[in-house]
Amino acid sequence: MSAANSQQIDPLLSATSLYCERDDRILFDNLDFTLNAGEVLQVGGSNGSGKTTLLRIVCGFNDAFEGKLYWRLKPLEHQWEDFYASVIYMGHRVGINKILSPMENLRWACSLRSQVTDTAIQNALSTLGLNGYEDSPCHTLSAGQQQRVSLARLLISPADLWILDEPFTTLDVHGVADLELMLANHINRGGTVLVTTHHRLQVDGNLRHLNLDNLQTKRQS
Amino acid sequence: MTTGLQAFVSTLKRDLLVAFKRRNDLLNPIMFFFIVVTLFPLGITPEREALSVIAVGVLWVSALLASLLSLDNLYRSDYEDGSLELLVLSPHTLYFLTLAKICSHWIVSGLPLVMLSPILGYMLALPASAYWTMVITLFLGTPILSLLGSIGVALTVSLGSRGLILAMIILPMSVPVLIAGTIAVNQAVEGNPVGGYIALMGAMLAVALSLAPLASAAALRISIN
Repeated sequence: MSAANSQQIDPLLSATSLYCERDDRILFDNLDFTLNAGEVLQVGGSNGSGKTTLLRIVCGFNDAFEGKLYWRLKPLEHQWEDFYASVIYMGHRVGINKILSPMENLRWACSLRSQVTDTAIQNALSTLGLNGYEDSPCHTLSAGQQQRVSLARLLISPADLWILDEPFTTLDVHGVADLELMLANHINRGGTVLVTTHHRLQVDGNLRHLNLDNLQTKRQS
Repeated sequence: MTTGLQAFVSTLKRDLLVAFKRRNDLLNPIMFFFIVVTLFPLGITPEREALSVIAVGVLWVSALLASLLSLDNLYRSDYEDGSLELLVLSPHTLYFLTLAKICSHWIVSGLPLVMLSPILGYMLALPASAYWTMVITLFLGTPILSLLGSIGVALTVSLGSRGLILAMIILPMSVPVLIAGTIAVNQAVEGNPVGGYIALMGAMLAVALSLAPLASAAALRISIN
């Protein structure tokens, strides 16, 4: 852990000696990382290196691991309520029902966390370039547009920690720029981002990298 | 933050909206119920005396199968599109959110059967004295079927090919409901008091209502693991 940093405030999330194996293959062993408020932690690594698994472990979707997770310095297993209230997760499956319209999808997804008005949803959708698509069924939207609908959740719900799994995959050049701007704005407001991507992130502000491949080579040598 | 009630209402509304937008799925259980029940007089005998004997069983078994048929809608599409992960990550208790989904399932697939049952009872020459008992027992019994079914679907939603495993899990649990429901209506046909059976079904509903959403929530957490 990087306790040396003098301006360091208490980490938002920290993990100590995480160990996870899948199908007899060790994904990571003795993995420590901290995530401080106001920074982006980009998890990198080759395909199958355990990026998604790591994110799912943090979210509590995967309990096949050893090690400790701490949320605001307290063990995460006792802090689920506070943790869930502060986190937005976007996975490979973006959580968009194809039959419902972006408006209806977001109304539900955001109301699970906070009160939401239609104007707020409309604003978020237009920020993400989905003007005029508010009421079309999502199966008529492209994969990238559906991804944008899901990203709109980040703009609507106030959450400290964004956990994003490959959020850039289906976005076009403008979408990538938009999302990078959103990340920058979020960390400037004191928010925190845990993101996996192969994309070379261009974010103004605190950006750190955690490479799961390096861990592997370190361990083998 | 929203209150638990708001999250419950919002989830219920959303699931009803999805159901009404998928008209085919909406009509499937009702049509299935109707078709199965109408086939019995054709297959066995149209004589009123013979029909009135089997009426109760036919109605209850058809309701059970119709409920089974529509159960997959409960969590499957949410599992596939990732909405289930949003649900589990909600700061609200998963108990109430699964309960909202189960309520929506019952409103869409159970309630229409309850309302349709007097007509089908008439078709099967069910004695008039048993109508109310049948409606009440179905009204108490179909939510139990949805609640029990929710556990089964939550357990199997991540399996690729489920085949009959869902029925294998749910049917044994549903048998007591089927027995209590049919006995109550048969007693009403014979003119005996049925209060005890209805109370028994009410108790079953209370137990299912308090435990099934908990079990479903736990099963959903396992399924997305």
